[in-house]
Amino acid sequence: MASEIMNATANALVWISSAFDAPTRAVVFGVPINGHLVVEALLVVVILFQLTRKSYKPPKKPLTEKEIDELCDDWVPEPLTPQITEELMIEPPTLESAAGPHAIVDGKEVVNFASANYLGLIGNDKVTDSCVGAMEKYGVGSCGPRGFYGTIDVHLDCEAKISKFLGTPDSILYSYGISTIFSVIPAFCKKGDIIVADEGVHWAVQNGLYLSRSTVVYFKHNDMKSLEATLEKVTGRSKHPEKVRRYIVAEAIYQNSGQIAPLDEIVRLKEKYRFRIILDESHSFGVLGNSGRGLAEYCGVPIEKIDIITAGMGNALATDGGFCTGSVRVVDHQRLSSSGYVFSASLPPYLASAAISAVDYLEANPSVLSNLRANVATLLSELSDVPGLVRTSHTLSPIIFLKLKKSTGSDKTDMHVLDSIANQVLKEDSVLIVSTKRSTLDKCHLPLGLRLFVSAAHSESGLLKAAASLKRVAGSVLS
Amino acid sequence: MVRLPYLTALTTLFSYGILFVFGHLRDFFRKIFDWSKSNNLQGYAPICLGYEDFYTRRLYLRIQDCFGRPISSAPDSWFDVVERYSNDNNKTLHRTEKTTKCLNLGSYNYLGFAAADEYCTPRVIESLKQYSVSTCSTRVDGGTTKLHTELEELVARFVGKPAAVLFGMGYVTNSAIIPALIGKGGLIISDSLNHNSIVNGARGSGATVRVFQHNNAPHLEEVLREQIAHGQPRTHRPWKKIIVIIEGIYSMEGELCKLPEIIAVCKKYKVYTYLDEAHSIGAVGQTGRGVCELLGVDTADIDIMMGTFTKSFGSCGGYIAASKEIIQHLKRTCPAHLYATSMSPPAVQQVISAMKVILGEDGTNRGAKKLAQIRENSNFFRSELQKMGFEVLGDNDSPIMPIMLYNPAKIPAFSRECLHQNVAIVTVAFPATPLLLARARICISAAHSREDLIKALEVISKVGDLVGIKYFPVEPVKPNKVKHLKKIE
Repeated sequence: MASEIMNATANALVWISSAFDAPTRAVVFGVPINGHLVVEALLVVVILFQLTRKSYKPPKKPLTEKEIDELCDDWVPEPLTPQITEELMIEPPTLESAAGPHAIVDGKEVVNFASANYLGLIGNDKVTDSCVGAMEKYGVGSCGPRGFYGTIDVHLDCEAKISKFLGTPDSILYSYGISTIFSVIPAFCKKGDIIVADEGVHWAVQNGLYLSRSTVVYFKHNDMKSLEATLEKVTGRSKHPEKVRRYIVAEAIYQNSGQIAPLDEIVRLKEKYRFRIILDESHSFGVLGNSGRGLAEYCGVPIEKIDIITAGMGNALATDGGFCTGSVRVVDHQRLSSSGYVFSASLPPYLASAAISAVDYLEANPSVLSNLRANVATLLSELSDVPGLVRTSHTLSPIIFLKLKKSTGSDKTDMHVLDSIANQVLKEDSVLIVSTKRSTLDKCHLPLGLRLFVSAAHSESGLLKAAASLKRVAGSVLS
Repeated sequence: MVRLPYLTALTTLFSYGILFVFGHLRDFFRKIFDWSKSNNLQGYAPICLGYEDFYTRRLYLRIQDCFGRPISSAPDSWFDVVERYSNDNNKTLHRTEKTTKCLNLGSYNYLGFAAADEYCTPRVIESLKQYSVSTCSTRVDGGTTKLHTELEELVARFVGKPAAVLFGMGYVTNSAIIPALIGKGGLIISDSLNHNSIVNGARGSGATVRVFQHNNAPHLEEVLREQIAHGQPRTHRPWKKIIVIIEGIYSMEGELCKLPEIIAVCKKYKVYTYLDEAHSIGAVGQTGRGVCELLGVDTADIDIMMGTFTKSFGSCGGYIAASKEIIQHLKRTCPAHLYATSMSPPAVQQVISAMKVILGEDGTNRGAKKLAQIRENSNFFRSELQKMGFEVLGDNDSPIMPIMLYNPAKIPAFSRECLHQNVAIVTVAFPATPLLLARARICISAAHSREDLIKALEVISKVGDLVGIKYFPVEPVKPNKVKHLKKIE
């Protein structure tokens, strides 16, 4: 049996090899047709046949109407807002009088450290008179955006006054404090630009940075070495310095910590690395400098070196709205491309005339600045030994920021502790101070704390009362 | 619905083409002249690169005197427009001391509260003396006064919702609220012609944004079905929540939104609705309560209603009205509430007084008279313009009337000639409207009397003939109609 199979295989092998070695039977086109060529030709034909067959793909079936109906029925949305627990519902104190240094809250008189009324202009007679005149002449609202008959001559006068006061070529008014910075940044920074910003900037600046869609790099809060390192890294990476716009964004006095930015250092770095600077002077305009002209005067930097200055007028100038000032090119560009200017109604005229009177007052009475500085110094010396709280703000800053010496570890409990201190101070000693409140949308991670806004109109007794009360309550709550 | 005739489209494109070519020619010569001058940028990139501001430099600056005209009185029905002159072909404009008294067809003064009012102004001045100009503080710190709480309750009652919260500026209301309501993983579906503040708020929230065709409820349904079925892009997880954002009256079209159909679609698919009533609150509706009252929609069906006080109430600021839980949540998280200076107390008092007049709670029926007046004025003006052959957009009862101009040269012609005849008109072009659809927009107020409107119609008709914008056939004037007009005069 095996030998027969062996014979059969041997015969088959002989037959195949003879087929391979068969003598040339034909010559086609000068190519001798050997046997193996036929086999190879058959193989090629088989390969080609397989290639032309379609590969198996599962057929694409779009969703039928019935399936879409089922999916829509199954989908359950989240509730629009999460449930609010009882502990999170806080009622702010309700004022029943003007927010001056002494205000009436819930029926009793308190010493007010919650208003950024740095020059004490709330309740000033000249400001009130100019407002009354403006209201009788222009009504309350301006009823239109700046491009469509909403430009009233007081707006133009106010812009001219601010430029003259600061020494810049031109300025532009916005109708709300926080909308100033988050309209200015997207007007100048577009996709592909580079922005280096301080990590402690407040929400409006963060929103502006996000809306501008540029590349944003943060440096450590008020740390010039970190700024230099970041600038070095960013300049090394950029490929077309002539086409890419680069900005440094900083605040003069930071709302979230009370520190003051060292402007002369920043200007030196900006000139070395060819960046432009956007400075938000909301809390330093009318406060720093010998005549209140802001951080540039205080640091001795000529105002032309700062490209764009923005400020909200809701602090020292005691009105509402904001302005931006700089070179003519900078300001003209905003008149058409800044969304908060073009697509929004203009500032009510009485607020613009209040701003004009406020700047007039500041020019006429520069002594009010020395009052403010004396008040800040008094309060700081009293608050240097509060148990459990440590000061993070600069000695000249009118916002006194006290953070917890030992944080409990979570923001929520920190806020709870600070709120209870503020509430007790209000209830027991009639002093109104505020704890910092953070929105969930805020990306800033600086520590929370207590804030006191000092005004030039505070009396010495008020300051001493606040300091004593805070020391007592902090001692009892935090020990 | 804009019906653009072919010939007009061709001529408009041709005009823009010529302006474009001339602009480029000028740019070319400017580059040659500037080669010799030194560049003082010293390594900084210029603020606008290349052709980013081509439109501004070469098209807008030529007609700059038609925009941004300063006034020196209250924006009432007649106001003083300051004259300006230019020495360098409109590049810079300088003010003069002279003013011209013109009829105001441009300000958003729907109920006539723009100027000093006999009921409102004394109360506003009193509140100014009591609470002073500003509180210099945020709402949560020490900026809430009794006036703010009173106004929030009044707004909630007026609009028909359980609770409301105030903000100092309408633009900031939209930009800061939408991020507080929805974030990454959510979907926002907004009308294609929504206002810039809504677009900014939607972009700032981080959610995915999709657009549906203007006022088209079937298309909205199609977009919703597709989006819910497919889920989030790339991961296909189901959406966390979906919000549809629409406006009451669209300010560039003058149209009302098709609210009942859109609300029906939203309820069917369980999505949340956000209605922006900036132009319609106080101006439409039997008692001035806005689009819901006019179109018969229950306010409980809309989740969030937003509005501003700038237009009908003669003040500044915005509000959000919704259920108590939503308002509490917003008061905890919305950045505009926590970080922005609170609304100026005199402005709050102005809104309180204006609302009381509208509701009739001041003891007179001035509010009802004003509402009837604006409705009558709008309908009369619109029908007369249409009879004259102008192409007017917008629905009946809406106080906004855009008249189509189309051609870019007609914009300055219409605007300057009307000003010459003492009628102040607002003209709008790109980028607020599409490139080919430039228009003149008229805003009617309750302070306009019948004589004012007839004078305006005369001037507009004369200038319209001169400029050539009567695109539709004129209706023949019937003899008894002329007698009717004579009787009123």
